Amino acid sequence: MTSPAEADTEVVQARRPQPRRGVSLRDAGPPIALVVVFGVFAALSPGFRTLSNVQNVLDAAAVLAVVTIGISFVLMMGSIDLSAPGIMGASAITVALLVANNRNDNDLGFVGIAVAVLLAAGLGCLSGLALVLLKVPSFMATLGVSAVGLGLATLLFAGVQPNIADPMLEGWAVERFLGLAHLTWIALGCVLLGWLVQRYSRLGRYAFAIGGAEEVLALSGVRVAPYKVAVFTLAGAFYGLAGVMVTSQLSAGLVQAGRGYDFSAITAAVVGGTLLTGGRGGILHSTVGVLLVTVLTNGLVQVGVSPYWQGGVQGLIVVAAVAAAVIPQRRRNQVTK
Amino acid sequence: MTTNLQTGPVPGGRTAPPALEVRGLVKHYPGVKALDGVDLVVHQNEVLGLAGENGAGKSTLLKALVGLVRPDAGEIWVRGERVRLRSVVDAANHGLGMVFQEQSLVPNLTAAENIVLGSEGPGVRRGIYHWRTMRRLAQEQLDKIGSHIDPLARTDSLSFADRQMVEIAKVLRIEERTSHPPVIILDEPTSVLESKEIETLFTQVRRLREFASVVFVSHRLDEVLDVCDRVAVLRGGRSVGEVPAAGAAPAELHRMMIGSTGSDDHYHDGLAERSEEPGRPRLVVRGLSGRTFRDVDLEVRAGEIVGIVGVHGSGREDLCRALFGAEATTAGEVQLDGERLDLSGTRAACAAGIGYVPAERKTEGMVGPMSVADNMTLTKQQARCSGPLVRPRKQATLVDTWIERLSIRTPHRGTAIQRLSGGNQQKVVLARWLVSGDVRLLLLDHPTRGLDIGARSEVYRLMRELAGSGVATVLLADSLEEAIGMSDRIVVMSDGRATTEIAAPSGGKPTPLDLVKEMV
Repeated sequence: MTSPAEADTEVVQARRPQPRRGVSLRDAGPPIALVVVFGVFAALSPGFRTLSNVQNVLDAAAVLAVVTIGISFVLMMGSIDLSAPGIMGASAITVALLVANNRNDNDLGFVGIAVAVLLAAGLGCLSGLALVLLKVPSFMATLGVSAVGLGLATLLFAGVQPNIADPMLEGWAVERFLGLAHLTWIALGCVLLGWLVQRYSRLGRYAFAIGGAEEVLALSGVRVAPYKVAVFTLAGAFYGLAGVMVTSQLSAGLVQAGRGYDFSAITAAVVGGTLLTGGRGGILHSTVGVLLVTVLTNGLVQVGVSPYWQGGVQGLIVVAAVAAAVIPQRRRNQVTK
Repeated sequence: MTTNLQTGPVPGGRTAPPALEVRGLVKHYPGVKALDGVDLVVHQNEVLGLAGENGAGKSTLLKALVGLVRPDAGEIWVRGERVRLRSVVDAANHGLGMVFQEQSLVPNLTAAENIVLGSEGPGVRRGIYHWRTMRRLAQEQLDKIGSHIDPLARTDSLSFADRQMVEIAKVLRIEERTSHPPVIILDEPTSVLESKEIETLFTQVRRLREFASVVFVSHRLDEVLDVCDRVAVLRGGRSVGEVPAAGAAPAELHRMMIGSTGSDDHYHDGLAERSEEPGRPRLVVRGLSGRTFRDVDLEVRAGEIVGIVGVHGSGREDLCRALFGAEATTAGEVQLDGERLDLSGTRAACAAGIGYVPAERKTEGMVGPMSVADNMTLTKQQARCSGPLVRPRKQATLVDTWIERLSIRTPHRGTAIQRLSGGNQQKVVLARWLVSGDVRLLLLDHPTRGLDIGARSEVYRLMRELAGSGVATVLLADSLEEAIGMSDRIVVMSDGRATTEIAAPSGGKPTPLDLVKEMV
């Protein structure tokens, strides 16, 4: 018979994880899934495996990638953000009215884009303030801000669609560099920027820590409220840029520019391995998620699945991804709300 | 050995003021006096042990010392200067830091970030991380305690013991805030460690003493005596004395912790009414193992109350939950009246006639905003339901019967349970298992926690009545006196095993000291 002390050692050692840095095996799931899904579609469809289709996939992923980077910071904190459609709409109309267009004589060019992004950041900041000052849960706060953004966009829209005539903004969607649209390069730049923020800024690291154990930050004398507001502001800025990108694609400012992007972005982030409870995942995870979702959408079309099916298929994928992500954490009598 | 007069704990000839002094600290919580005038002195370069039973006020005192609890009265002095601590940062600025019992590290950050969290200094410039500086700062802290942890390892990938080292390294960051030697508080640091790791921790504590003062809190008295210079004892929110650790025996401390075991007569009320002969074995547990308990054998007869006692971490709470199917088991078998019990979930346990009163009444025992009636009939669906529908009249009759039988004081059966007093809430929780009329085994996890004397004795009366009617009861008592007074038999658990069994028939009760000897 083993003595209690020996048995103790066995139990503890069996549970003890190996000290490690950075990524774990669990993080490998989504990239592997991406490779597998890509491989399956490539095998099934000759149209899918052409270079031009791969370029299509990347171009199609650009706007979603920018929105998802923004939302990832919020999700990392364990909050949620549904304000993307409203903020994108407001920013899309704003930029369309500030650059050369058919509604007025403005021709602010790059300044117009910057103003639209700042406005979007301001709207994001509102969500954050409602969260920390009024203690409105992020779900409701951002839903409200989304409505405010749509309202603002509708006011500015005033019944006449602003078509843009700014060559630079129009060029973003059509001109290519190394085979990819400028918008795609902008999205790649955002991925890099987002990754740097997450890895090297206090803001990014604290957003991660807030999702991990907010109370510990308070016990260590850190005021978390400013960081929360800053994260929502940053997310707003990304949505704003995404709104500008949609305007460039459509050559017109639409109130509905951001329609559906809130859920697509949450889908992409979750599929990529960012947990809705916060503290896990990140920009690179989310980027993989965006590619996975885009490849699926594109691939299903290429193999001949009716587009009418796709909404439902996407929904199933989210639920399956979340279920797979929480398997290691399940326990008895767990309360899930 | 030469002793520095400035810092050394030299009895009688001390020149420096104590590192920390607490005078007459008082803290009230609704219904409880957590601290009732505590005095405490910690000298420089001293390891002070703090001992006391659950509820003696240890944790409230510690929280007051790091600014998490504001005392209602009393003073805290640091090195001869009176301080008011409003936050953890305040406390850190005065050189007071605590290693919390539930480890307080952010699991998904690196060890280095946790160590410097909140006081990154040059590690973060204008909001931008300088990982190399960060790593160096953390390494300096880890070097202080001679730890070889990789500062860039993710915290949740470290072992418990390593995480504790990270916490100690983190707490020592307060040295950057004050030029004085710090006071480090270790709250139950050994409860999650294995014996080898405990040795390492003790080495650390002795090392800390070279440049700091340490307050060491543990329920394991042999450890306290082993590592401390002096031990102070709290009981009922008061300081009841202190002893030098050298030469002191655990038994001496036990006596101070428990105090006089005088008038606990109310436990014995009505003992005579009990049938002296318990029935046949009702619950038979053979070799049950789970996450925190191992190879437990237990037998409870019909009409018998069996108390399980043990210190924090003895595994008795998890055992109790496992019997109800709320905690996973890895081996062993449980029989109820000779039938093998399905432990896969709580539904099976309910169906078998097992009732469970959880320790956390407010979060696990009741649904606060729901009515007394709904809380009482939460389990027994048939009583109020026909198919999926509630049958209000049937429910009302049943609930009113039990409100009267248990004399539950509530304005109405429709009153929200959270508006009742604790004792009446607990009666409703108990009644939940009684309405079905076929409860065979009751698992009571601290059924009198937070209740006043009057409410307690009513719960005791109820327990005895139930035992008298043949219900078998497993009791995790709030205090040793309660376990002794209420139980027919007491099982002692220690480190996850049922180690001893002590008979406690009326007229032949053991003393608390008898139990403590077996528990530690």
